[in-house]
Amino acid sequence: MNRRHTDREYEGELESLRERVLLMGAHVEEVLALAMRAYVDRNVLLARGTIELDSTIDQLELEIDEAAIQILARRQPVASDLRFITTTLKLVTDLERMGDLGVNICERVAELGADRSESPQDPIPRIADVAQGMVHDALDAFVAGDAVKANQVIDRDKAVDAYYAQLYPELLPRMMSNPNVVFESTRLLSIGKSLERLADHATNIAEMVVYMVKGQDVRHSGQASHQ
Amino acid sequence: MLTRYARRRYVDVIVRSACVLATLVALIPLISVLYYVTRRGIGGIDLAFFTELPKPVGESGGGMANALQGTLKLVFLACLFGIPPGVMAGMYLAEFGQTRFGKWVRFSADVMSGVPSITVGIFVYSLVVLRAKHFSAFAGGVALAVLMLPTVTRTTEELLKLVPESLREAALGLGVPQWRATLRVMLRTAAPGIATGVMLAVARVAGETAPLLFTAFSNPFWSSGFNEPTASLPMNIYNYAVSPYEEWHRQAWAAALVLLILVLLLNISARLLVRSRVGAR
Amino acid sequence: MSSASSQSKISRPHQRKGSSSDDKSRWDEVSVSTVVPKMRTTDLHAYFGQVEVLKGISLQIAEKQVTAVIGPSGCGKSTFVRCLNRMHEVIPGARATGQVLLDKQDIYQGDVDAVRVRRRVGMVFQKPNPFPTMSIRDNVLAGLRLNGERPEDPDAVVEKMLQRVALWDEVKDILGRAGTGLSGGQQQRLCIARSLALEPEVLLMDEPCSALDPIATARVEELIHELRKSYTIVIVTHNMQQAARVANFTAFFYLGKLIEHDRTDVIFTRPKEQRTEDYITGRFG
Repeated sequence: MNRRHTDREYEGELESLRERVLLMGAHVEEVLALAMRAYVDRNVLLARGTIELDSTIDQLELEIDEAAIQILARRQPVASDLRFITTTLKLVTDLERMGDLGVNICERVAELGADRSESPQDPIPRIADVAQGMVHDALDAFVAGDAVKANQVIDRDKAVDAYYAQLYPELLPRMMSNPNVVFESTRLLSIGKSLERLADHATNIAEMVVYMVKGQDVRHSGQASHQ
Repeated sequence: MLTRYARRRYVDVIVRSACVLATLVALIPLISVLYYVTRRGIGGIDLAFFTELPKPVGESGGGMANALQGTLKLVFLACLFGIPPGVMAGMYLAEFGQTRFGKWVRFSADVMSGVPSITVGIFVYSLVVLRAKHFSAFAGGVALAVLMLPTVTRTTEELLKLVPESLREAALGLGVPQWRATLRVMLRTAAPGIATGVMLAVARVAGETAPLLFTAFSNPFWSSGFNEPTASLPMNIYNYAVSPYEEWHRQAWAAALVLLILVLLLNISARLLVRSRVGAR
Repeated sequence: MSSASSQSKISRPHQRKGSSSDDKSRWDEVSVSTVVPKMRTTDLHAYFGQVEVLKGISLQIAEKQVTAVIGPSGCGKSTFVRCLNRMHEVIPGARATGQVLLDKQDIYQGDVDAVRVRRRVGMVFQKPNPFPTMSIRDNVLAGLRLNGERPEDPDAVVEKMLQRVALWDEVKDILGRAGTGLSGGQQQRLCIARSLALEPEVLLMDEPCSALDPIATARVEELIHELRKSYTIVIVTHNMQQAARVANFTAFFYLGKLIEHDRTDVIFTRPKEQRTEDYITGRFG
């Protein structure tokens, strides 16, 4: 992407599209950060407030879709431009879902209220850390066109899956020994699930970044390919 | 003071009137010639003019049938000797006109078109008449052909050049050899235009007198074949006009009218030929 | 958006490996080097006088496929195509060196007759050029007649050729009309019929649609698609979308050199050369 298009208006349209995607990504990251903060602090007010932010994300999805289709219709993009546009179209779907997942987390936090049982170790934050890191890096990879970084994101998904797999075995004994924590634990399970799905969406984004940069479709191949 | 607009209109009217006036002035010779020749000549046109030989001096009546025959013979010979070399030279120039030799050929053709017709007559006289030791229609035909040659050559060249190269390319693309492409495509497309040009050249040559002075000369009787001197309309006009006989003057006017009509017919046919071709597109 | 999120971990109905459509996977394996070449150039150089316009082109033209040649003005694409049927040397001062193989026979070898080459490798030009002095019927037969051949059943030939270019129904009642009396698109199809009457093996097309309106262009493109079954076609075009639409293979020329030659879908989604990418995306610099 070092040379500019001869048609400056076209170049401008592509730039504007990219900026909006970045804006949407920033909003998603913010929603996630606020959701996790609300969880850690058990701040119901913050959780409820964060849910409002999702409408901005949804709005951006509509705008980006519209803009991308306009470019497809009028510019007949090819090669790298084509890959960029199609990646963008798919990417915003994932981002919008991520926004919704953030809302889910906030809803669970609101349900938890000020409840906090004395639990030896909270398994959620470590899942959240990895998931949030993946989201951040996937978006960075998109901005920079960095396929290496994207591949690293794809690799980290395994860790999230592993943590999530341990969540239920960890919470089950607590529930069996103390029925009072069942309500809380099920909410924690739900939050964990949302985080796991967040990581999957971040992986999707990373895979598409690899396609956009290299022209290779690495989806569904089971293993991430290392370059 | 006049406004700018009014001044412009004023100038426009003046210039326009001047142009119309100039055109009328230019038309005057044409119209007066037509009128005058028709008026003086129409009296002499009768059946005898076209069928009888000239009568001896003093007698009235008679016609110019032999002169008509002679003009037709001379024109026929001129075409025979002038058109093939002219068209072929034109083709050569259209294909290879950029070579050094080609440029010389073109230059010669241009020079030749300016040579006085009487010079051509003398040239053919020394070449043909002196050798044969007598005047002939053949010599006259040769002289007229030489006069026709430059016009036919240049016309053919220009018209061939007008045929779009894309047609030649199309022919070559079909696996047609170069020479056949030129002949059967380029020439064939230019043919109507070339025919027009040839007709105009013939029209011009039909009325030439000077070259015939030393070549075909004249003949009071029918000329048989091509090896005898022959009468022709221009020559007869000249001879009769300078004679002292009233009768002959009358016949000269008639001959002038006939010649004029002949030339007009050739010109008009040439135009009609062009129009019909253009209409076909 | 539906709430059922589609996850990459859930298996999808169609996996990439082991595709359900056999044709598709076979096409994926096709590349420039695996197809049978009908024509092949080796180190082809072309000159106009002292100016070198083609600088060592080595390219294969796949048999019974459409190969598009694209590139900016002056890149040598028209010159290249004209070298394929030895039309280049018709221009005074033009010459070409190198090998051009037609079915393993070098058409530039000393004793090969250029005229015979052009029977096997036909050409259609940018501006439709039916012969103005001939009728539609005579135009179709022109290639044969001008070569002194008399087909046994000329009417059958005329009908067959005009059917092949999808022109028969439009002109069957006006065969006697002058060739130039048709619309631009029809004239171009007439010229194609004229070339096909000689039963060439390869058909070269030098920007055949640039003088035509979109509907006529679409008809000619559809025709090319049909003709591909029987002829090898090389098409020069400055319209990249046209190359993307009609061609199986695309070659990108720049300043007299061949920059990239590959399947069209590869060229237009992930070209290997930066210059190709720059040109087709509109980064002309």
